[in-house]
Amino acid sequence: MSHQPDLLYTEEEEALRSAVRDLLADHCDAATVQTRAESDEPHDRALWKNLAESMGLAGLLVPEERGGQGATHREAAVVLEELGRAVAPVPYLTSAVVATEALLACEGEEAATLLAALASGRTVGALAVPLSDRAPRDEWGVRADAAALTGAVTGVADAAAADVFLVPTADGLFAVDAGAPGVTVTPQTSLDRTRPLAAVAFDGAAGRLLAPTAAPAVRRALRAGAGLLVSEQLGLSEWLLTETVRYTRERNQFNRPVGSFQALKHRLAQLWLETVNLKAAARGAADALAAGSEDADIAVAVAQAYAAPVAVHAAEEALQLHGGIGMTWEHPIHLYLKRAKADSIALGTAGRHREELAELVELWAP
Amino acid sequence: MSADAAELRALTQEFLAAHPPASTPREEFLRARFDAGLAWVHYPQGLGGLDAPRSLQAVVDAELTAAGAPDNDPRRNGIGLGMAAPTILRYGTEEQKKRFLKPLWTGEEVWCQLFSEPGAGSDLAALGTRAVLDGGTWTVDGQKVWTSGAHNARFAILIARTEPDVPKHKGITYFVCDMTDPGVDVRPLRQITGEAEFNEVFLTGVKIPDAHRLGEIGDGWKVAQTTLNNERVAIGGARIPREGGLIGLAAKTWRERPELRTQDLHQRLVKLWVEAEVARLTGERTRQQLVAGQPGPEGAGMKLGFARLNQEISGLEVELLGEEGLLYDDWTLRRPELVDFEGREAGYRYLRAKGNSIEGGTSEILLNIVAERVLGLPPEPRTDKDVAWKDLSR
Ligand SMILES: Cc1cc2nc3c(=O)[nH]c(=O)nc-3n(C[C@H](O)[C@H](O)[C@H](O)COP(=O)(O)OP(=O)(O)OC[C@H]3O[C@@H](n4cnc5c(N)ncnc54)[C@H](O)[C@@H]3O)c2cc1C
Repeated sequence: MSHQPDLLYTEEEEALRSAVRDLLADHCDAATVQTRAESDEPHDRALWKNLAESMGLAGLLVPEERGGQGATHREAAVVLEELGRAVAPVPYLTSAVVATEALLACEGEEAATLLAALASGRTVGALAVPLSDRAPRDEWGVRADAAALTGAVTGVADAAAADVFLVPTADGLFAVDAGAPGVTVTPQTSLDRTRPLAAVAFDGAAGRLLAPTAAPAVRRALRAGAGLLVSEQLGLSEWLLTETVRYTRERNQFNRPVGSFQALKHRLAQLWLETVNLKAAARGAADALAAGSEDADIAVAVAQAYAAPVAVHAAEEALQLHGGIGMTWEHPIHLYLKRAKADSIALGTAGRHREELAELVELWAP
Repeated sequence: MSADAAELRALTQEFLAAHPPASTPREEFLRARFDAGLAWVHYPQGLGGLDAPRSLQAVVDAELTAAGAPDNDPRRNGIGLGMAAPTILRYGTEEQKKRFLKPLWTGEEVWCQLFSEPGAGSDLAALGTRAVLDGGTWTVDGQKVWTSGAHNARFAILIARTEPDVPKHKGITYFVCDMTDPGVDVRPLRQITGEAEFNEVFLTGVKIPDAHRLGEIGDGWKVAQTTLNNERVAIGGARIPREGGLIGLAAKTWRERPELRTQDLHQRLVKLWVEAEVARLTGERTRQQLVAGQPGPEGAGMKLGFARLNQEISGLEVELLGEEGLLYDDWTLRRPELVDFEGREAGYRYLRAKGNSIEGGTSEILLNIVAERVLGLPPEPRTDKDVAWKDLSR
């Protein structure tokens, strides 16, 4: 293995983390997220403006000469940890990571303009594939006649917030404005309302060609998305563990804190171990992506195969150990459970990533 | 003096020039290395070190390995190097340090740990081996158990009860016991693997000079904490490659023996491969934190994860082998010098790995430690805290 990963956080990364965390503490508490998720405007546009425009975080993965911040996946991962910790309803993963990575794989004027627009945060982009996709498809749901697109895709994450769709077809990757004639976005009732899904239909909508073949861009986008989703899952898990430790220390039953019962302590210690491991896996994936290492495919598959079960386990344990309050609409745990469960399907399930890994490391199936 | 990496590299080169590994006898080389301060560079000068940052040991080791220098076979004296040495360094008198550290480091004197007793395992502080002082000499009577490597050991770290009338943690004292003294009787204790790697040790009227006490009378529990903390961090410090350890053996069999493959085993193998790789990354991250001078609590969990993985992987390996998994390489009673996971076959690995969640503190005890010390969860209510040891139920 050529690349020795740096698994720590740099001082700059820690500074970035506190800046994002401070912003989220002021603008994105659980109650706000909850209220917003129930409204017709599930995305927090004001928060997005702060993160993307004021702090310049939408352009982290874009080189400076292309209109971005010229940072790397390591920094983007730190942002996602904090967004995960707050289950923030912003299209960061979908626009600043997945759509941005797709554009980074494209050449030409059209892609360059769009990339700079996404990097500035003033335009939100979404790759028009189902959130559950892990790799490019053999057949796309949308076809292009000349540059007129027709077809439909369901389960597109954050589509309702998007200004522009990047649409893979057999004839290449196209950009289509969300407001263009012939484009219909129909919100779907989603398990995770903080990252809502929508169906996107194209009926002869005007597309601008970004790349003559869609697969390379889609592959790159989904790989980066999967690799950085792990950091979101880490943020979720850390919040859940911290809150549950706090709660079980304070909650008394049988004349003592429930957290002093060994049956619970061992479960929480176990969860801590998993979270510590998840942190190493998340850093490993982010660093491999940042370094453009040959090892990135393996690092991402390993991290994804590990992350989803841990985040879901953290949420399920948190709910159980909070007792009745954990089951309520009022308490934020359900926001985390829904996000963690949705994340376990997003960009490929753990099982799909294990299948891919088995091929990569030559542990062939029977 | 504190040395930086370049200075240390130069020093090591000079040392190698003066003591060419090819023509210097092994023990002579090791003794000279100790005297040059290149044994453990973070120890004081004169005691095998140079007062240098601990992280620089890696620089020295890399140079020595590249030059083909002999090592001190650290696996053979794990208890000495990992536990006795740091405890002696912290609590020993100057004479004790001078007497014990060098032959310990070179491996000329192997150490064992006389802590556990039939009635005091997880609850180590309940121990009943008595030590009574008369003039300048202690007389020790009692029984220890599960003592790894006692049959090869020259010295032991020993804890014994010196004050039965105070609560159990307060009346313990820590000693260095000469295993060749009269009254020390080491008897093999055969393990489920067939070999006798550990022992029962009977102590009958053993005389220990007061000069072999480590720390103050009655402070043994505190001293033992140093030993136990070092025991638990010793694991996980080394850098291992991907597929290092047991997962590599299972993966190799999988690749070479397509006829053994089934769907179910595939699912389980890949899952364990992922977990082993993630555990490796966590170890690497912990190491990087240490080197960066920001030690975190992550190390506390390494032994837990390592034990579970070793057990699951070795269990899978036996199943993978199918018919062959029904066989065992050798049940002969042996007295091994070290635990050799990779030198034996799958059945041995499966059985020996069962000890990984017991030795050095059971996984249950380590989970308690993580919960209380890392997560800050409240302790269980205790009934033994203020009761004199002699009045406890046994
Ligand atoms: C291979 C091997 C090598 C060893 N080498 C040495 C050595 O060199 N020197 C030495 O001194 N000792 C040695 N030991 C002993 C080892 O440290 C003890 O076996 C261990 O600490 C457990 O003690 P025990 O066997 O008395 O089990 P017990 O303490 O009796 O435990 C029985 C069960 O109860 C559980 N338990 C106990 N207390 C609690 C609690 N508070 N909460 C939850 N569960 C609990 C344990 O986890 C275990 O499952 C060795 C052991 C093994 C297996």
